[in-house]
Amino acid sequence: MADPASLAERARELAGEAGTFAQNLEALAQQLAAQAPPAAGGTTFVFELTIFVLAVFVGYHVVWRVTPALHSPLMSVTNAISSVIIVGALIAAGPYGLSFAKFAGFVAVTLAAVNIFGGFIVTQRMLQMFQKKK
Amino acid sequence: MVSENLSAFFYLIASICFILALRSLSSPQTARTGNVYGIAGMVVAVVTTLLTPHVVSFWLIVLGILIGGAIGTYIALRIHMTALPQLVAAFHSLVGLAAVCVAAAAFSAPAEFGIGIPGAIERASLVEMSIGMAIGAVTFTGSIVAFAKLQGLVSGRPLSFSGQHVLNAGLGVLLVVLIVVFVAAEAAATFWLILLVSLALGLLLILPIGGADMPVVISMLNSYSGWAACGIGFTLSNSLLIITGALVGSSGAILSYIMCKGMNRSIVNVILGGFGTEGGVIAAGAGTGDRSVKSGSAEDAAFILKNAGSVIVVPGYGMAVAQAQHALREMADQLKKEGVKVRYAIHPVAGRMPGHMNVLLAEANVPYDEVFELDEINRDFPSTDVAFVIGANDVTNPAAKTDPSSPIYGMPILDVERAKTVLFVKRSMASGYAGVENELFYRNNTMMLFGDAKKMCEEIVKAME
Repeated sequence: MADPASLAERARELAGEAGTFAQNLEALAQQLAAQAPPAAGGTTFVFELTIFVLAVFVGYHVVWRVTPALHSPLMSVTNAISSVIIVGALIAAGPYGLSFAKFAGFVAVTLAAVNIFGGFIVTQRMLQMFQKKK
Repeated sequence: MVSENLSAFFYLIASICFILALRSLSSPQTARTGNVYGIAGMVVAVVTTLLTPHVVSFWLIVLGILIGGAIGTYIALRIHMTALPQLVAAFHSLVGLAAVCVAAAAFSAPAEFGIGIPGAIERASLVEMSIGMAIGAVTFTGSIVAFAKLQGLVSGRPLSFSGQHVLNAGLGVLLVVLIVVFVAAEAAATFWLILLVSLALGLLLILPIGGADMPVVISMLNSYSGWAACGIGFTLSNSLLIITGALVGSSGAILSYIMCKGMNRSIVNVILGGFGTEGGVIAAGAGTGDRSVKSGSAEDAAFILKNAGSVIVVPGYGMAVAQAQHALREMADQLKKEGVKVRYAIHPVAGRMPGHMNVLLAEANVPYDEVFELDEINRDFPSTDVAFVIGANDVTNPAAKTDPSSPIYGMPILDVERAKTVLFVKRSMASGYAGVENELFYRNNTMMLFGDAKKMCEEIVKAME
């Protein structure tokens, strides 16, 4: 059963996993280090930068785990969620009266809506196809 | 109305939903739940924003969502899976343009966003706003070019002219200078100039990149659209936008990296462009004239396939162009009935976007556990009877391993030549996008099946029955 080749394979896998854990720990340590300054009176920008850096870390670790077979859905779903920029557009289109900003906001809301609906639906269509056959 | 704190809390929930949406793509079983997370996150984000005190007038918003939603739904339901790459490129351009619009709105009405008053916008916001807009504009025009190339509206051939790199570098420097000037003086003219230069830069950056490098380009633009959202997030001090933008940005960057590795090229090399001829003339290889090619008919292929114990199918962009995936699956079904073991091998850069082939095969109801990545299956070729290459070329070229002078040298390839017999479905002897000849065509164990990929598969099925 346990031939040396498969044992070696398993050992290598375990070593790889240990490496990932070490990396995660390092990321956590950096998070803690980075979180300290705002509490001590950091500026908004530093606070935002902290969020940004942490989010890049999260993105990095999450995306590497995505199976290559699902890279197309990954791309269309990230496309859909990047339309969260609609949040900014809603604020621009939100006030009373008419202004350039309101018009720009309206255009942005429309564009982002195309993307949100289009992106999620096309992703759903793709994922529906990935089914195990009997 | 919800308070600042409460909305920040809901934005956090939306961010977590988005992270879970990406996380669940690690396996096809969990992937569909993931999309639901994504949709939930978006609903939370939109509803929360609508409930903040900033938003008081709804009619224009509702109108925008209705129009946009209808268009998006219509396109998404109608699009063919083969046209997926250009669809994604088109969608990227919309994110880019939306980012530009939001930046312009923030510049003209900063008070709405709480970043100052016209003429006295906070320094940091000016920097973030101009960078966000610049990235958005580059994404917008760059994606339009990518779309046009993928859709065949403009030639997939790299369009380059002398002095191109100098011009691009010049524009890049100009952009930085403009941003500095803008932050210092906050002049509207500079703002629009930044927009113009960025738009031009996006156009010029993507034009010289050849059609076959599109997997990298699309991933790159995917990444840019994320960074653009990030830039806007910084401008508006909105953590949700920053987090989501960073997720999307890093996702696109990783995909670009994977695609580059699949071609053994550096990202710089791809961006500088000019690579490939898009199925053009055969590069002057050593003595192409005196070697003969063995070509066969569908009946020959059917005979060989039927008598094989195991077959590995290697699909490429040609299969997508010919829409041959359904016919191919029928052929595979027929073979399985004959007791032949059929598997599929996918090269990382097969097709025009990451994972393109997997989607097409899934569309044709090929079970995903029969589909393997390069690393998983490459060592199985020596023990395989038939490698059935359909619409792929460069990714099977052994010159990548043996010929250091070849443009594709060092690229990881599928070792189809190790299989006992190689069947090559191809329209003609033309070279692949790299413009390199494939010596596999002249090997003794290779049989060329000339013709349209779809027709060939159908004929093979007929011949087997």
